[in-house]
This record gives sequence, C-alpha cells and structure tokens, in this order.
Amino acid sequence: MIEAVGLTKRYGDKTAVYNLSFQVRPGAVTGFLGPNGSGKSTTMRMILGLDNPTAGQVTIGGYPYPKLPNAPRQVGALLDAKAVHGGRSARSHLLCLAQLSGIPARRVDEVLGVVGLQEVARKRSKGFSLGMGQRLGIAAALLGDPQVLLFDEPVNGLDPEGILWVRNLMKALAAEGRTVFVSSHLMSEMAVTADHLIVIGRGQLLADMSVKDFISANSADFARVRTPDTEPQLREKLSSALSEAGGHVLPEQDGALRITGLPLPRISDIAHDADVRLWELSPHQASLEEAYMRMTQGAVDYRSTIDQKAGLQQPLPPGAQPPVPVPGQGQPDWYAPPPPQQGGQPFTMPQGQPGPYGGAGQPPAGPYGAPGAPGADRPNPYAQSAPGAPQAPHGQPAAPAAPSDLTKPEDAR
Amino acid sequence: MSTPQPPMPQAAAPNWQAAAPGSPYPTYTSPIPVVRTHLGHAISSEWTKIRSVRSTMWTLGVFVLLVVGIGLLVAALVSSNAGESDLAGENPLSFGVFGLLLGSMCIITLGVLTTASEYGTGMIRTTMTACPTRGRVLAAKAIVFFAVAFTVTFVSALLVAMADVALLDGAREPTGGEWLKGTLGISLYIALLGLISLVVGSIIRHSAGAITIMIGLVLAPLVIALFMFSSALEDVRQALFDYSIPNQLGAFYSNSLSNSGPTGWDPLWIALGVTAAAFAGAVALLQKRDV
Repeated sequence: MIEAVGLTKRYGDKTAVYNLSFQVRPGAVTGFLGPNGSGKSTTMRMILGLDNPTAGQVTIGGYPYPKLPNAPRQVGALLDAKAVHGGRSARSHLLCLAQLSGIPARRVDEVLGVVGLQEVARKRSKGFSLGMGQRLGIAAALLGDPQVLLFDEPVNGLDPEGILWVRNLMKALAAEGRTVFVSSHLMSEMAVTADHLIVIGRGQLLADMSVKDFISANSADFARVRTPDTEPQLREKLSSALSEAGGHVLPEQDGALRITGLPLPRISDIAHDADVRLWELSPHQASLEEAYMRMTQGAVDYRSTIDQKAGLQQPLPPGAQPPVPVPGQGQPDWYAPPPPQQGGQPFTMPQGQPGPYGGAGQPPAGPYGAPGAPGADRPNPYAQSAPGAPQAPHGQPAAPAAPSDLTKPEDAR
Repeated sequence: MSTPQPPMPQAAAPNWQAAAPGSPYPTYTSPIPVVRTHLGHAISSEWTKIRSVRSTMWTLGVFVLLVVGIGLLVAALVSSNAGESDLAGENPLSFGVFGLLLGSMCIITLGVLTTASEYGTGMIRTTMTACPTRGRVLAAKAIVFFAVAFTVTFVSALLVAMADVALLDGAREPTGGEWLKGTLGISLYIALLGLISLVVGSIIRHSAGAITIMIGLVLAPLVIALFMFSSALEDVRQALFDYSIPNQLGAFYSNSLSNSGPTGWDPLWIALGVTAAAFAGAVALLQKRDV
C-alpha cells in the first residue's frame, strides 16, 4: 500500500508536483499516467525517498521509505534502466544490490533466470540493448521479492515477446497480493494491464479511478448506423425519427450516422417503426487512449507542430499540383469534452487557447465528427509559396474531401 | 512470481507488516527471510562493486607500476652514480618519494571514481533505493576504498623501501621510526589523500570536476609559491611551501623543502583532520540533497 498525502515538490520556482494525494492498493495493477513532464517520475522518486518532498508525505505500509526496515525487501523499483554502471557485469550489479540488503547470492541467479538474462549474466551491461537493460532493471526490482513494486516505463524498448511477458508478470505479481504501480505512455498496454488508474497533469491529480470508470467518464460511447447508400431519403427519415426520440445524430463523412443518447435496441426499434432498413448498427466504445487524450489535452506541456519549412521551398512551377500533406504530422486536434449527460466532468486546465467547443454544460454541438485526420483540416502548408501565412485556428470543420477512414480515432481499439 | 522458491526457514513476520492488523487488502509475504541490514552488508556490497569494474584494476595497476618502477629506477640510478661518501648519513628510504608522488594521482582518481562514477552512470539512484540510509553507503565506500588503497600503497612502498636499503650501500641504516614513517606512515597518508578525493567526489558528484580539484589541490600550492618572488608575500610563500602536499610527503622522510613545515607524523594528523571535516560535510550534503 502506497499512500501519498498532499505531496508537493518544487524545484526553484517550478512546481513539479502539487498537492498530490492518492492511494495505491495491493492486489491490483495501478497505472500511473500523465503527459511528459507532468511529474510522474518526480512522484516515483519521492516514493522511493530519492527526492525529499517540499511538502506533504508519502508512505509505504505506513512508513516513509527511508524508515522502512530493509527497504529493498519491501519495495522493488525500476526507475531508469540506465541507472547501472556500464562497466559492471549484470551478475555483479545484482550481486552488489543483493549483498546490500542481505539477500542470498543464489537469488541473483534466480532473478537472472526470471528475466531471461542468464546467457549474458557475465557480460558488461554497457553492451546491453535498451530491452536487455530494461530486463536487468526489472531483475533488480524483483531481487528482494518485495511486496510493493514500482515500474517506470517498464516496456520501453522491449520486443513484443518482452511486452507480453511484462504484462503477464505485472498481473501475476498483483494476483499474489502485491502492490504494483506502473507508469507508461502506451495506452493500449495500460488498457490490458492496469485495473486502476491514477492520472496526473502538470503535477496535479486529474483522476483516480478504475480503468472502466475512467473510460466511460471521459469519452462518449456511440452507435454507428448505416442506411442503404442507394436510398438517401431513408437516411433523412431515420435521422429525424431518432432526433425526435431524443438522440443526437451526427452525419459521418462516409454516409453513416453517429448516434449518442439512445441505446442500441431503441435505435433498432425506431428504425423498424420508421420502416427504414439498416446496413449497419454497431456499438462503439471509446479506447483508453481517447479517454486519456480528452482528459489530458489541457495539461500537455510539449506539443508538436507541423513542420512548415517556411521559406525553404522552391516556388511551384505553374500548373503543378502541390503535394498532399502526409496525415499524421503534428498532433491530433482538440478532443471534444465528454457530453454532459454522461456525467463526466471534463477536466479544465488553464489553457493557452480556448476549446472550440466551449466548456461543459453546452450541448455537444457536432463534436464527434470533428477530430478529423490529423492535419487534414489545416491549410496545406506546402501549397503556400509565401511563407508566414497565418494558420487557420484549430477545430475548423473537417474538409469534405478528407479521407473518411482517418476520421475515427475512437475505433483505434 | 512463478519461480519456485527453495524451502527456507520462515522468519518472524517483520514488524512493519504488523502495523496494519486486519488489513482489508491481501498481502504478500516473501519466503526469503528478511534480515536487519547493517554496515557489514554495505561493506560487502561495496567490495563487490570496487572489484567488479575495470577502472579499479587500471588505476591500481598503473599506481603499482609508477611507484615500484620509478622507485627501482631511482634506486638503480643513485647507486650507480653516487660516489663513496655521497650517501653518507642519508636516509635510503627517501628515494621512494618520487614514485609515490606520481602514483598518488592514481589513488586520487580511484577515490573520486568510487563515488562520482555512480553519479555519472545513474547507479547512485539504484544504490540509494537499495539502501536509503545514505550515510551508511558513504561510510562503506570509505572503509572499502581506504583498505584497498592502503594495502596496495603499503605493499608497493615496502617493496621500494627494501630495494632502496639493499641497493644503496653507502647510506646509513634507517632507524625503526624511519622505517615506520617511510612505509606505514606514508601509505596511510596517501590512502587518506585518496579518501579526501572520494569525499570530494561525493560532494562534487562529477568525476572530471573532482579529479581536477584534487590534482589542483596537490600541485597548485607548490607551483604558485614558486612564482612568489615579492618579499611582501614571503610568509604566504613559506606557508604554501610548508603545507603543500609534496612537501608533506617529504616530511615522512625528514627531507622537507624548509625547516618550518610539519615534521614527524604531523602530515598524517593534518590529513586526518581534513578528511574528517570533509566527510562530515559530505554526509550532511548527502542527507540534504536529492539524489
């Protein structure tokens, strides 16, 4: 059990972590999420007593880390896979850690076997790949067979087999009744590994809830309905019937309809009553990634922009077509806040730019068709012969020509 | 973990787990007995560390090469060039100082690396997580390093001293006190010099920076004093000469640059005082700073 109360850390005038309070319980994998620079690593370092909190405290099993008797036997940590002396062999590295906490030397060979490094146990860790270094770090965390485990980005650099192994390891450790606290940026990985989530942004707590609750609170589930393409009038008919029944209907670019606010059987009944045939009626649940993006969009410190190559481009020869920009440049556009009827209160961070859809409480005015292909609704930067043209604001209606298969980040799962 | 554990005697449940009786959450208890750690564990860990990196072998190898090589070379050179009465009344052990002066650079380097390389590689975070009692880690490092540095220096110095006495026939027989100072004394002094480097490495937390500071400390006073020609600076010049580290090394053989500087075992007490003060400062900083 890890318990933080009012945890605050300042470096000079920069506040890395502010008033963070949470509990990490045994018997479950708790994911620790947040954008780059949000204070995850600082929090982990404070849990391990490496950094002294400016205010507040964090305890493990009721004790601050430095007060734990034989701390490595209670807490194992992988903070940074490169936190080893490269000139020392993997085995010597683990042996010196084992001796420090009175762990028998044969335990070293056991954990080397667990992480699959027996072959290179006597090689200097300088020559290790990122994945091998990660395995060595995990071995060090497991060395004391501790009750509490902390992992900072454990799957960094691991191959698919290694990722699967770490996933199963985390679950197995939690199933044995241990406390497992793991930070990661891989949302798809977190979605299948973690039971509970703690999300921070700019050093403050954004969410502390189960993965299921997190997704439903921060995203909108919707139904996709497709009427026969050959009869457009059926689409109009169904659309108005659904609106009358209280649903929100949003046309998609490929001709389908997105329905929110109505359960699937009800949509089917309405369609039947209106005598409309359906080609598709499918439920869509948001992914953890989308829910996370929605929640943290205001707390992202480092956001990429499109590479404009301003002033570096040759003027296009007359009549030539400007090249089509590659989708995926820059970061995806603003994610809409969850609709108010879902009960999810979107987190509002101090933002540099106002959200195009306003705050919570307003009806979701057509947001779910909008995310669009990344960069698709922006002016083509390559078409400008004169540099420095002002960029269009975010959230313009998606260009009709945008390829429809790129408009569904929700379907990523 | 799925690895089967060999059956081991079950230790009494650590009292920290008893802190939350009737906890609603499941808990895991390791079959490996939990022992209470002490300085001995840290010392064995540091011993593993110091012997498992190549820089130890390199710096100590070069040290032995310099001390023994230069020592024997000087002894051979002196014995072949000295006339019948040139060495009369001389302490033959004093010819070992040249090799030790150069070799001390290696001990300084090893001392700095013992602490600062952990900061350079990030290993310190792993170490301090494994042993949150930070002072214990520094103490263990100091003990292990001092033992290694002293043993190697003592053996090398003894070897050179015996060669000097055997080769230099014209010189007088050194007294028991001179033997003690010329081997044990100077070895303790050089090991302490390395210990100061270790402490400086812990304070500076940067290998190159700490090594530069230590080499400056050893050489700068003497070099600066050489260029103090003005008589107004005479006192400063004399103090710099007297307390410069090469001169303190010479004091162990009673052949100082001056007559006013430290004599006998004085340099050892000076080094001991400086080391103790620096160590206390380093421990205080270690407790206060974030790793």
